[in-house]
Amino acid sequence: MKLRTALLGAVAVMGLSPAAFADRGTDGEVKLTFPQAVSIMNPYLSGGTKDIYASSMVLEPLAGLTPEGTLVPKLAAEIPTLENGGVSADMTSITWKLQPGLLWSDGSAVTAADAVFTWQYCTHPEGGCSQATKYEGVASVEAVDDATIKVTFDGPKANPYTAFVSALAPIIQKAQFEACIGAAAPTCTDANNMPIGTGPFMVTGFTVNDTVSMAMNPNYRDPAKPAFATAMIKGGGDAESSARAVMETGEFDYAWNTQIPPDSQAAMAAAGKGEFVVAFGTLVERIEMNTTDPSADLPEGERATAKHPHPFLSDIKVRTALSMAIDRSILVEVGYGAGGKPTCNVIPGPEGWASDNTACLTQDLEGAKALLEEAGWTDSDGDGIRDKDGKKLHILYQTTVNPIRQDFQALIKDWWTEIGVEVELKSIDPGVFFGGDAGSPDTFQKFYADVEMYANNSEMPDPESYLSQYMCSKAPTPESQWQGENINRFCDPAYDALITELGTTTDMAKRQEIAIKLNDMVTKDSMIVVPLVHRGTLSAHSNALGGVQINAWDSELWNVADWFRVK
Amino acid sequence: MTDASTTPPKPASQLRDIWQQFRTHKGALFGLITLSILVLAVLIGPYLWIPDDLTVAQEMKIKNQGPSLRFPLGTDQLGRDMLSRVLLAGRVSLAVGFVAMVIAIVFGTFIGIVAGYFRRMEGPLMRLTDMFLALPLIPLLLVMVMLFRDKVAAIIGPELGAFLLIVFAIGITSWMATARIVRGEVLTLKEREYVLAARSIGARPNRIILRHILPNVVSPVMVAATLGVADAIITESVLSFLGLGFPPDFPTWGRLLNDGLQYMQIYPERIIWPGLAISLTVLSVNYIGDGLRDALDPRIRGR
Amino acid sequence: MLTFTLRRLLLAIPTLLVISLVIFLLVDLAPGSPLSQIPLTVPPDVRQKMIEALGADQPVMFRYVLWLRQFFWVEPMNLFDGWFGTHIVEGEQRILSWQSRSPVFSIIGERIPQTLIVIGTAYLVGILIALPIGIYSAYRQYSLFDQIGTLFAMIGFSVPTFFSGTLFIIIFSVWLGWLPTKYDTTLQVIDWASFLEQIKQMILPVMTLGLANAASISRYMRSSMLDNMGMDYVRTARAKGLSERVVVLKHVLRNSLIPVVTVIALGIPSIFGGAIITENLFGVNGIGAALIGAIQASDIPMVQTLAFIFAVLIVLFNLIADVLYGFLDPRIRYD
Repeated sequence: MKLRTALLGAVAVMGLSPAAFADRGTDGEVKLTFPQAVSIMNPYLSGGTKDIYASSMVLEPLAGLTPEGTLVPKLAAEIPTLENGGVSADMTSITWKLQPGLLWSDGSAVTAADAVFTWQYCTHPEGGCSQATKYEGVASVEAVDDATIKVTFDGPKANPYTAFVSALAPIIQKAQFEACIGAAAPTCTDANNMPIGTGPFMVTGFTVNDTVSMAMNPNYRDPAKPAFATAMIKGGGDAESSARAVMETGEFDYAWNTQIPPDSQAAMAAAGKGEFVVAFGTLVERIEMNTTDPSADLPEGERATAKHPHPFLSDIKVRTALSMAIDRSILVEVGYGAGGKPTCNVIPGPEGWASDNTACLTQDLEGAKALLEEAGWTDSDGDGIRDKDGKKLHILYQTTVNPIRQDFQALIKDWWTEIGVEVELKSIDPGVFFGGDAGSPDTFQKFYADVEMYANNSEMPDPESYLSQYMCSKAPTPESQWQGENINRFCDPAYDALITELGTTTDMAKRQEIAIKLNDMVTKDSMIVVPLVHRGTLSAHSNALGGVQINAWDSELWNVADWFRVK
Repeated sequence: MTDASTTPPKPASQLRDIWQQFRTHKGALFGLITLSILVLAVLIGPYLWIPDDLTVAQEMKIKNQGPSLRFPLGTDQLGRDMLSRVLLAGRVSLAVGFVAMVIAIVFGTFIGIVAGYFRRMEGPLMRLTDMFLALPLIPLLLVMVMLFRDKVAAIIGPELGAFLLIVFAIGITSWMATARIVRGEVLTLKEREYVLAARSIGARPNRIILRHILPNVVSPVMVAATLGVADAIITESVLSFLGLGFPPDFPTWGRLLNDGLQYMQIYPERIIWPGLAISLTVLSVNYIGDGLRDALDPRIRGR
Repeated sequence: MLTFTLRRLLLAIPTLLVISLVIFLLVDLAPGSPLSQIPLTVPPDVRQKMIEALGADQPVMFRYVLWLRQFFWVEPMNLFDGWFGTHIVEGEQRILSWQSRSPVFSIIGERIPQTLIVIGTAYLVGILIALPIGIYSAYRQYSLFDQIGTLFAMIGFSVPTFFSGTLFIIIFSVWLGWLPTKYDTTLQVIDWASFLEQIKQMILPVMTLGLANAASISRYMRSSMLDNMGMDYVRTARAKGLSERVVVLKHVLRNSLIPVVTVIALGIPSIFGGAIITENLFGVNGIGAALIGAIQASDIPMVQTLAFIFAVLIVLFNLIADVLYGFLDPRIRYD
């Protein structure tokens, strides 16, 4: 199979780059297709990945992230650091310099005032900005002069590169959005659908949840780019049809998110019209163990709360046995193929942040059985299901409706049955499962099941906020309307203390060390989270499209200006 | 046009008469035999055809195989025997298809006749029909699951509970077309001479409905029933997408068809088997319906 | 008949109001949240802010009354303003989709053309195929034509569109490479070449949908024709020496149309409702795709508006069917 990882991709593109010296707009049209259609071109009003990727072709941040997770200047002249004085010595402020001569696509100049406005726009209390966390801890943003932006934090900030960094937090034009601040934000349909930007393309036509038509930006800062005169993103369908449109019929040049069964990947790649590329971020498919009792016999309000510990999953031996019984390489082979790898970590990357924990990778059914025996679970009545004190070892295992997840459920059920655990499966509509509706019994936060499976990831290479999800205070409870990210209701004061320490540590090596320790605490030390597969995003591009460099840390289309037609 | 008009039918012989007529209908016999084979196969099959009890590691070696002696219908992406899955799936699908169809048809016919025959009931019943037609299906189903699943499961157990909820959900959302069609027919039938005659001699409404109206709406109802079975089997697979259906490891024909879809190009047989099973069921129901209609309608009988 | 129609139209108003309330409560009660498609990396407090910005945390009756006002006052007046350049409702909030923050009516406006062109054509094609097949099958019952027609119809409706559509894509696009798989909504028909393009991209969705529609209508047509073929008036007509053509197409057909008219009248609103699966499969941005997308995202304003327009059409076409009954069979009386 013709697949390259992000790293190989970087090498390959370097090799191809001489061909990229095309003139602006000489390569015709580039056609992209997304399985989910684009709803809005303003990333601050949408959290959907599809919208963020599409808008990244038009709107740009001060700095982006490379496939390796390092910073690269976009609108900024250079990356401010402690060394060049851009970041103050006490880490309480960062000063960005804009590149000289930057223009919006309408011809007006980009100034520091636009950045200040962007910050005000996203932090307005009535605006409902979905990227508010990017500006968390920012006390003020000032325009020192037209080209200098000073961001001041309310304390030392270990990672000052969140505001105005990556496709999640681009700069929007003050002149266009001035009347759209706060409660008025959603009413500015034209601005939200056709924002004026600095990126290589500008929107020329937008049909909601269908097609975005774009043309090259005549004022783009690199006069030789983009190579394509026009671009379009067609949305809708599913992963299968998107992949087919690139790999088999050749109607499209690029398809994002084409996760299809490994066999189909191979068959489509064999057609020879294109190739799949995969980028590994931190997305991990995992089984979360419930530490509280989800029994329906408990009264509402006490069910699945810390008041009642789980009858058997609170025993680490049971949790460990369940993890040992799983063969993660078979899961990858069946579900993801080249789009996944077995993992034992919640933080599987990038390099330096990932723990070297690999103990779970070898399946050990006998060991799992022995552990259960040790924990007192024996099959006393000979029906193949272990029991203890008259209670059977019965697990309700829930996840969302998704063909790969249903395959995983079937396999894991088989393994758990082999070690004498009775398993009941349940699948839930993803809109309900992830919806967080406090009235529904089926949300993942309520966790009215013994174990549940889904995927989650850290948005940034630096996993601080991601790891802080497992703090005691973040457990969903009836009092918090079941909102909260600590799905397992894991609670360890030592863990909370380490998170606090991480928040004040600025030394990179030390931070990584703490993150690895935290990762181990929720995985191998406690088996509260049972990671299964480190998932990549699988995308497809045609052989006629050059310059694609897939990226897990920023928009996948981060270097669309460099794309060109292979002739 | 001979037998019915010369000898006045006695109640006892009427059934035999219908059967006699039904038997001569080749399509109907074919349908009945095919359906019986299907029903027998899914009822007894799973006891006769017991797949080897394999571990996951063994299954992985035999996944995605084509038909062979050991696996007459091949294996799926997890190395499970397709024959036993298709047989098991048939139990649920046939049961759901027929029960849901019967609910929808009985309810729809009842509403249609009452609305068509009794003027006073027409307004409210037809507005109710309009409302059910207008309700968005998916939110309706989601609300039903949320409200009733756990309660029903607590009373009669999760699997039977899921079954009842599914047939009820499908039935309650698919009776409207039947109701409107039947009502339309009843509107013209009740102005026909024989109905007017019956009414003028003082026959009671239920007698007129049973003797004169009902037999004459049989044929559109039969078509609706045929379509209803196919619809219910397919709708069941849509329900499992909403988490309303059976547990995810419980195969049904609709779900097998859905699962096989992404393997359609590489392993076409994955969708052919469940697809064939559904088509055969629908086809045989259709022919039985044809035969029944001919047998029930004395005017058609002679043709 | 006129008073009947007028009375029914008047009666439709309270009916539709009740339906709109029921739909609203139903959609609101359904589990799910407008934020279910937002990545898990967005923390709960930000989510709460987003919900507040949408107005989704307001009491349900408040939102319903707001929607009523927007639907019956702001939107029509907005149209009026657009036509006559007045400013009656300037600055008033229109019905905004939660998912895309665009006005729901402009989304519907964008999608109506594709819906009518593709889904409407498919329905028309379905009817045009179904009626002759149904009539001839009944006229020559159990002939070879009838048997093949039956088989075709059975396959047509026992095979769901997600299956037949994918099959057509594999045959006509992947293997033969004749037709595109994704409908290009930006294509403008300006000349002969672009017209051909448009036809080409319509073939697959129209074929998929048309097959499914034709299957069921042809069965109703056939069974209803069969019922009438044996009637006394048919023998009378034949005895009078009328030609077979007149007997079948004039007498039998007219009397057989009542169930078919019912089925077609039930089907026409569903043209607007769209064909969810087919639209998704081929990327036709019709109303159906919008509705399912909105349902998945719990986009209540969008679902409510679409479902309500759908309800209006259902009530309207069922009324039209009732009026048609009167023409097809003058004996039917409404009072």
